[in-house]
Amino acid sequence: MNKPKVLMFGWEFPPYKSGGLGTACYGLTKALSQQGSKVTFVMPVAPEGATAKFVKLIGASNISKNVKIKNIDSPITAYMTSTGYEEQYHLWAGNKRQVYGRNLFQEVQRYAAIAKHVAKEEEHDVIHAHDWMTYQAAINAKKISKKPLVVHLHATEFDRTGDNPDPRISHIEWQGLKEADKIITNSEYSKQNIIKHYKIPPGKIEVVHWGIEEAPAEKFEKPLDDKIVLFLGRMTIQKGPDYFIEVAKKVSEYEPHTKFVMVGDGDMLPRIINRATELGLMDRVIFTGALSGNDVHRAFQSAALYVMPSVSEPFGLVALESLKNGTPILISKQSGVAEVVHHALKTDFWDIDAMTNKIVSVLRHPELQEELKEKGNREAQKFTLEEPARKVMEIYKQVLNK
Amino acid sequence: MTNICLYFQVHQPFRLGKYTLFDIGKHTRYFDEIKNKEIMHKIAQKCYLPTNSIIKKLLDKHDDFKVAYSITGTALEQFEKYAPNVLRSFKELNETGKIEFLAETSHHSLSYLFDKNEFYHQVKEHNKLIKEHFAQKPKVFRNTELVYNNELAKTAEQLGYKAILAEGWDGILGWRSPNYVYKPAGTRKIKLLLKNYRLSDDIAFRFSNKQWDGWPLTAEKYADWIAPIMGDSVNLFMDYETFGEHQWEDTGIFNFLRHLPTALKHHNISFQHPSDLLKIEPKDELDVPHTISWADVERDTSAWLGNKMQQAASTKLYQLRSAVLSSGNEELIDAWRKLSTSDHFYYMCTKYFNDGDVHKYFNPYDTPYECFITYMNILQDLAQKIKTKPSLLSSITRLLKEVNA
Repeated sequence: MNKPKVLMFGWEFPPYKSGGLGTACYGLTKALSQQGSKVTFVMPVAPEGATAKFVKLIGASNISKNVKIKNIDSPITAYMTSTGYEEQYHLWAGNKRQVYGRNLFQEVQRYAAIAKHVAKEEEHDVIHAHDWMTYQAAINAKKISKKPLVVHLHATEFDRTGDNPDPRISHIEWQGLKEADKIITNSEYSKQNIIKHYKIPPGKIEVVHWGIEEAPAEKFEKPLDDKIVLFLGRMTIQKGPDYFIEVAKKVSEYEPHTKFVMVGDGDMLPRIINRATELGLMDRVIFTGALSGNDVHRAFQSAALYVMPSVSEPFGLVALESLKNGTPILISKQSGVAEVVHHALKTDFWDIDAMTNKIVSVLRHPELQEELKEKGNREAQKFTLEEPARKVMEIYKQVLNK
Repeated sequence: MTNICLYFQVHQPFRLGKYTLFDIGKHTRYFDEIKNKEIMHKIAQKCYLPTNSIIKKLLDKHDDFKVAYSITGTALEQFEKYAPNVLRSFKELNETGKIEFLAETSHHSLSYLFDKNEFYHQVKEHNKLIKEHFAQKPKVFRNTELVYNNELAKTAEQLGYKAILAEGWDGILGWRSPNYVYKPAGTRKIKLLLKNYRLSDDIAFRFSNKQWDGWPLTAEKYADWIAPIMGDSVNLFMDYETFGEHQWEDTGIFNFLRHLPTALKHHNISFQHPSDLLKIEPKDELDVPHTISWADVERDTSAWLGNKMQQAASTKLYQLRSAVLSSGNEELIDAWRKLSTSDHFYYMCTKYFNDGDVHKYFNPYDTPYECFITYMNILQDLAQKIKTKPSLLSSITRLLKEVNA
């Protein structure tokens, strides 16, 4: 059988990305094309005339001649709230000739409308959609081409909001899941969540654990004598930065020379900065804002431990990135990555005492850090992109044979 | 033509409780009383009581049937505390006069590798316990997890033991057979008895494995395998918990044990104690300069001391020894000895952690890292405690004890 041609809907693609989703789409399309599948990746963002936030996507098309990037103009970023969209819109509108809808949901509608044309133009055997903003587009495409639909759920509205979903978004998610011929989640944890929240029959859901591509190219010097405990992720309720700051306070009571570095941007950042001030931690906590490229590697490599206190994390690729950088991890049990990585410290996201106990141990006992680093790094090498791509290919075969 | 020698290892560690950073300096409840009691009750029901009852019947029925045990001090203490009926049943077995007890360290420790004085102390302590409970003076020594080398053989000889046990591993035997009596290099008279690991592991590890071509293993089949073997003795050494705990009752392990003496009798194979082998002239001298054990494919000490955490934890433990002993605080000394039990280090093993293998099955912690963190918190508390002088109360208690003694 010929390898299926894939019409893929997504809205993040490196370097245009704000989280693990872009990395995952990049990795998946690359590995799929290496396995002989042709992928057309439809994005809501124009590469031309973009501001710093909307980097040109031309580079992305170089990843393989088998992947075509289709762009639809829009200022949407993956994990944006409605208010976030308004802000981005103002930044972006100044540099654009033509403006489409100003509201996030209008944007999603517009993207969905264009999808019909794309589905007519682009030859494909299967449709694959990444997260809720693309689901209506994918459903429209399916109506036109009558091709099977694979819906990929990287994060649900329940994950993102700490179980306080925007009903409009959760409705779109539900529609996507309902219309799908197969659903892919990144973990058993995530699968159970969508069974619980959306009452989807378990047999329709396949778990594909994720991997990451490259080991970091460069080694960097440690910048400080003090030991660093790292947070790296969007400063949103899902990622648990508020738990991290409370843990920082407790840890510094036992190990006062520790520095806490918080990398990332997001709607909770002002609150976290206020809380750090309240707790008297301003000389202990360093806020860097969002980092990219080598700066991310540098942040990992300078840390004694990376902490991922996510409230709900369907997978958590960033934990693998940390391990590949040789930095041990403490991850929340409410994460997909905790299912598959053995050589890691694990606690519940809310258990500040348990996190403190483990962090202080790592700071006090270099042998613990070393062992976690060595074994964790070795284990992370197992998580490649070929294996998940092979499974996705298998799922395409299943839906095509139905 | 040969005979067989059965030796069963009986051991339970005092498992640690949850002990976090926040407990340091607050309390010394290091061990999980409830969990240890529960596990003891469970194993007593699944293994010790039913197996002892089978052994008792076999001892009564077959004149030539005999067994050797090595029971650790920590297991004996747990029997006394949590399962006195188990201790009673071992005593009943002993009354048949057909049980031999072996010597080892009281706390199933690796003290031989770290601190000779502690090793001597624990061997003496164990001897006392065996005398007290079973009125026997062991002649044969087995070290924790069959950790062994030339030096240990010399040490055991100096301590007056007539034989010592080790793993009959190809790495030390080469072309030679484990089924003969050997002499350890550099010793005068002490005998070396080697475990036949293939035949032992057929029972201990492979018995219930349906992928194994020997499955299902019956007593008759097993006796057929032993019958053609030439040698002084086929030494079958294994954990007693094999019966009913590692291999569950539904695997047929108890029936296997029940029928073994009869099946062997058909081939005129009978049973010997380790001390029955003392009169045999050694076939050869065996040189084991490097430390071996009975664990894992490596047969080295890496299951307990292979990684940095295990090395750091054990080094720290033995560093504290003299300060703990000179504190005179009986409670702390007792706790320190229980922390020397090798199982704690085994739980910190990371080498096969990915595979969900035998290491994981025996591990009460989610990860080896959790074990290390708990263990180091406890050692830190212990270190803090011995810096402070013993309290007036404990001094008085000690004085009173001395007066009464």
